[in-house]
Amino acid sequence: MQTALLIEQILNGLQFGVMLFLMAAGLTLIFGVMGLINLAHGSLYMVGAFACATVAAATGSFWLGLIASLAAAAAAGALIEVTVIRRLYDRDHLDQVLATFALILVFSEGTRWVFGSIPLYLNIPPLLSGAIPLPGGSAYPLYRVAIIGVGIAVAVGLHLLITRTRLGMRIRAGESDREMIGALGVDIRTLYTVVFALGAALAGLAGALVGAIQSVQVGMGEPVLILAFVVIVIGGIGSIHGALVGALLVGLIDTLGRFLLPVALAAFMGPSAAASIGASLASILIYVFMALVLAIRPRGLFAAAG
Amino acid sequence: MNKIIAAGLLGLGMSVSGLAFAEPVKIGMITTLSGGGAGLGIDVRDAFALAMKQANNPDVTVVTEDDAMKPEIAVQIADKMIQSEKVDILTGIIWSNLAMAVVPSVTGQGIIYLSPNAGPSPLAGANCNANYFNVAYQNDNFHEAMGEYANADYKKVFILAPNYPAGKDSLTGFKRFYKGELAGEVYTQLGQTDYAAEIAQIRASGADAVFFFLPGGMGIAFTKQWAQSGVDLPLMGPAFSFSQDVLPAIGDAALGVKNSASWSHDLDNAANKAFVAAFQAEYSRLPSVYAAQAYDTANLILSAMGKASISDKDAFRAALKEADFDSVRGSFKFNTNQHPIQNIYVREVVKEGDVLTNKIIGTAFENHEDAYAKDCKM
Repeated sequence: MQTALLIEQILNGLQFGVMLFLMAAGLTLIFGVMGLINLAHGSLYMVGAFACATVAAATGSFWLGLIASLAAAAAAGALIEVTVIRRLYDRDHLDQVLATFALILVFSEGTRWVFGSIPLYLNIPPLLSGAIPLPGGSAYPLYRVAIIGVGIAVAVGLHLLITRTRLGMRIRAGESDREMIGALGVDIRTLYTVVFALGAALAGLAGALVGAIQSVQVGMGEPVLILAFVVIVIGGIGSIHGALVGALLVGLIDTLGRFLLPVALAAFMGPSAAASIGASLASILIYVFMALVLAIRPRGLFAAAG
Repeated sequence: MNKIIAAGLLGLGMSVSGLAFAEPVKIGMITTLSGGGAGLGIDVRDAFALAMKQANNPDVTVVTEDDAMKPEIAVQIADKMIQSEKVDILTGIIWSNLAMAVVPSVTGQGIIYLSPNAGPSPLAGANCNANYFNVAYQNDNFHEAMGEYANADYKKVFILAPNYPAGKDSLTGFKRFYKGELAGEVYTQLGQTDYAAEIAQIRASGADAVFFFLPGGMGIAFTKQWAQSGVDLPLMGPAFSFSQDVLPAIGDAALGVKNSASWSHDLDNAANKAFVAAFQAEYSRLPSVYAAQAYDTANLILSAMGKASISDKDAFRAALKEADFDSVRGSFKFNTNQHPIQNIYVREVVKEGDVLTNKIIGTAFENHEDAYAKDCKM
């Protein structure tokens, strides 16, 4: 097997992993601090992509679009936290799932109402277009390298935020004991809104970054949401570190599985059958992995305290 | 005054001739109106509605429901439409996996199904059914045309399609006519949005061209990622990968790509010119190949209603099979398995002003039949 191809596929797996991390970080943060299952996280991802596409089309600048995606997703997140989510913290998970599922429908149909069903155009900025050479004569798209860079920067930033800042201290305190931190005089309502908006902004950023290389359309968030849930279950619900490790593992397993399984199967069956069966097996691989992790560590790899 | 009387007489004459079969017909449309595949379903719904509006026939009612691209929902809607809505005809399904779940069961219950898009191979061959009419194509057809087209220029093609019935039909169709060597053959997940792994394989395969079938959002994602990958090979595919519903989102990355279809908006016939103009006037966008097929489906039903009553199923099916309507595809007739015999064209993505669209550059097949008709005993 060619080394260049393998290197390229590992990079692809990393890039997919950091993209999942941006989604999973917000999801796991919100669950860890507020105990809330937010199915509408995928809608915030969609909001980010649509905001970026709209602003980029109006101004011609992807970078302004990127800022707009952060702002729009954070604003949408803060808005639904104040109007809907806030009423759900004391309810059980079933009510939360029901209400946030309703939010998915509201966001999807609202977006379709405003933008229509035809996918929007969003392309990557000229600065990041093209490919950079890899050892072995291969090449790799510059934009995907940039996504990996953004993902690492966000991971480092979140780590510093949680371990080094006052806000991070409060988030950790909120994770361990919600009543106590309220009793100590921290404005828990504002803290929740801030954490929710932060998680939403990360989802919006992921949506905008990915929208530029995929398609910006209604319903784009839900497939990613499912994978993000797989990631946080593997990583341990509530743990940012777990989300990072889980996301990278899922990204690598999925990408390398799709690439290597058909090749492996081709050793003892026809290429057509191997392609077809390999593709089917690869699509269940991450779920098999999740089941294995849960069998060995039922609370995930990095289970949060509490 | 004479004109008014003439118009009155004409109206009277039409209502009298219409009286013979003024049997109300209820059509159930199950199509994809939400999620990633909604652009296709909306074109089908809109073009169908346009034909019905133009016909202005008070005997027809259409009920539409969204299948959300999920087979189990499509099956539930079909049951509901048959049992509580009492529809006479069903139509509208975009995706072959949904068609496979719905069509055999509804045709078995004596309901006529007309397909405006999906044409899975099992329903074209041994399992053909008198109640099943495919107005669009058999799934293999467009891909066969690209296989034939590729023979001229390419020796080592890499082929790629999603892992579902139409994806398998696609690569089977391509390979039926393509004579060269295959650089690789890959099935992706249905609904997949990231193709970096596949593009890396194509790069390493030493292919001289790429054939791919990725309808809707999948094709948008693939083409944009392809443009960034630094791999410089010609792309080709069936019309579904470069249809009017996805071209604006792909952008200039699609320019110059060759693709195959039974229809294009510049196809030169009177019915098509009228259709394209009316569709643009009504919806302010260019129609896609899905819209054209749905428009033909509606006009086929209307033509049969003028000849036979829906209560006489045998006569109505015979009237459908005559295909006595002005197809926007020009020549159109049904084969023995009730799938189309039609021309397949090669198109190229071009820019007309600011709008990306397709232009016919040649004909791959004239009066093309599908490969499964011989297995159909009907």
